[in-house]
Amino acid sequence: MKLMLERFQNSRNALGWAFMLPAAVLLLLFLTYPLGLGTWLGFTDAKIGRPGEFIGLENFSFLITDSVTQLALFNTLFYTIVASILKFGLGLWLAILLNKNLPFKTFFRAVVLLPWIVPTALSAIAFWWIYDSQFSVISWVLMRFGLIDTYIDFLGDPWNARFSTIFANVWRGIPFVAISLLAGLQTISPSYYEASAIDGATPWQQFRHVTLPLLTPIIAVVMTFSVLFTFTDFQLIYVLTRGGPLNATHLMATLAFQRAISGGALAEGAAIATLMVPFLLAAIMFSYFGLQRRAWQQGGDK
Amino acid sequence: MSAQEKDGASGMDYLQSMPRRWVTMYIPIGIFVFVLLFPFYWMVVTSLKPDAELLSRTGNPFWIIKPTLAHFEKLLFRTEYPAWLWNTILVSVVATVISLAASVLAAYAIERLRFQGAKPAGGAIFLAYLVPPSILFIPLAAIVVKLGLFDSRLALILTYPTFLIPFSTWLLMGYFRSIPYELEECALIDGANRWQILVKIVLPLAVPGLISAGIFAFTLSWNEFIYALTFVSSSESKTVPVGVVTELVEGDVYHWGPLMAGALLGSLPVAFVYSFFVEYYVSGMTGSVKE
Repeated sequence: MKLMLERFQNSRNALGWAFMLPAAVLLLLFLTYPLGLGTWLGFTDAKIGRPGEFIGLENFSFLITDSVTQLALFNTLFYTIVASILKFGLGLWLAILLNKNLPFKTFFRAVVLLPWIVPTALSAIAFWWIYDSQFSVISWVLMRFGLIDTYIDFLGDPWNARFSTIFANVWRGIPFVAISLLAGLQTISPSYYEASAIDGATPWQQFRHVTLPLLTPIIAVVMTFSVLFTFTDFQLIYVLTRGGPLNATHLMATLAFQRAISGGALAEGAAIATLMVPFLLAAIMFSYFGLQRRAWQQGGDK
Repeated sequence: MSAQEKDGASGMDYLQSMPRRWVTMYIPIGIFVFVLLFPFYWMVVTSLKPDAELLSRTGNPFWIIKPTLAHFEKLLFRTEYPAWLWNTILVSVVATVISLAASVLAAYAIERLRFQGAKPAGGAIFLAYLVPPSILFIPLAAIVVKLGLFDSRLALILTYPTFLIPFSTWLLMGYFRSIPYELEECALIDGANRWQILVKIVLPLAVPGLISAGIFAFTLSWNEFIYALTFVSSSESKTVPVGVVTELVEGDVYHWGPLMAGALLGSLPVAFVYSFFVEYYVSGMTGSVKE
């Protein structure tokens, strides 16, 4: 017995797999299995409380012609593209500002992360109140300055609602982008800037030809995650609009929840969730091959 | 890093004139900080305002004339908020501890034991990190029901590790990589076995990594929403984010005061934990991105 224990402890493979066991069991049972089950459910007619039977592509052929699903897909793409561009631009700007010699630099860096730390569902409630159709503080200020005559219906009008939710999402996402890019900025050696300054480069040229190329690998990673989070967003929409008005802000995730959990059509919801997968894969592949191209251009083997 | 920061990329800032610095730095950063912090200020102000002031359009909304704690009193004594708070603490702490234990073992195995299949295992963990909860919650709901866990805190404790383990493992792998092999080899020569090496040598050296992984895991579970919304239906087992969103709204009447008080109290613990460990947090975050 003792001998066996000793042999076990000295075998890399046995010990390695034993150490992997707890993580592997949890992930296989609650991640891999549901991932497969979800795909399978999409091909059945399961309802809550009733196991479904295989019905082939029926769910998908219905969803493709379903106007609400089409709208949700449009909303999700619009939401993701606009919010990601804004998060990238503003986040990069904030990172560059935070990288400068500011008074209270540490304080600013700590404070800026707050929107990202706090539960999204709870900060969304604050936005809900800020966007209130009768008591919105934004409307109050604009009225005071005489810029508008009536209070803005932030969440009641389709396009207003889309931009209001995008703004809340950008607000929440900027800190992550900014702090991650700040870490990237700090790895750039100052000598590049000195050399380019001696050569007479303007600040814009320094940014364009020194900062941006050196930052590209981190930008690719950060933006992939940002796009993934945004594309699969749920909480913000659920709290602010529940998909309304007239489904104008429904995202794929909120629609899947509404159909599967609130409506009981488990299979249909699972099919909607499965429809998101190709887009996620595309986003991951895009950044992965983008990264590889950069590495190849820089002659690195990273 | 501090030396680099001191005379860092901004070392030539002194060449800029003062008015220029205002336009290019202070004003933009002031706007950023104002916008990022305003919702929190608004939460505080709203939670302390009496209803009469909340629903009046005349006075200055940015200030409180007669501050009141009535909303907090209602929240703490006439709703189930304390129970939600307790559920959230329990679920977050237990899920974090389970995930950290599993992640330490997995990260050590992948990074240091290098068993056959360690590389694919590391890749699989990274892929698992990319699977969003929004595409998992429907089949997971079916599994949770089948296991008889529906409407229990255990359902959350067992499902949260699916997004905590990949993340913490990835973060810890980076930390373990930075520990020199020589230390382990010395211990092996002295007759320590792998378990002793992990507990007595690697873990003490990886404490900063453990702290940042722990804080991350705790915040992520505290903030989790979609699983908690789907797997729990009775009020007494809900977590704070779900409870505030689903239970404090009665029909069309929004009790803004208690809602904001609930949002504020639910945000404070994570902000508090974070403020203590902000250094670990930022370094952990940037470390995991640098990979």
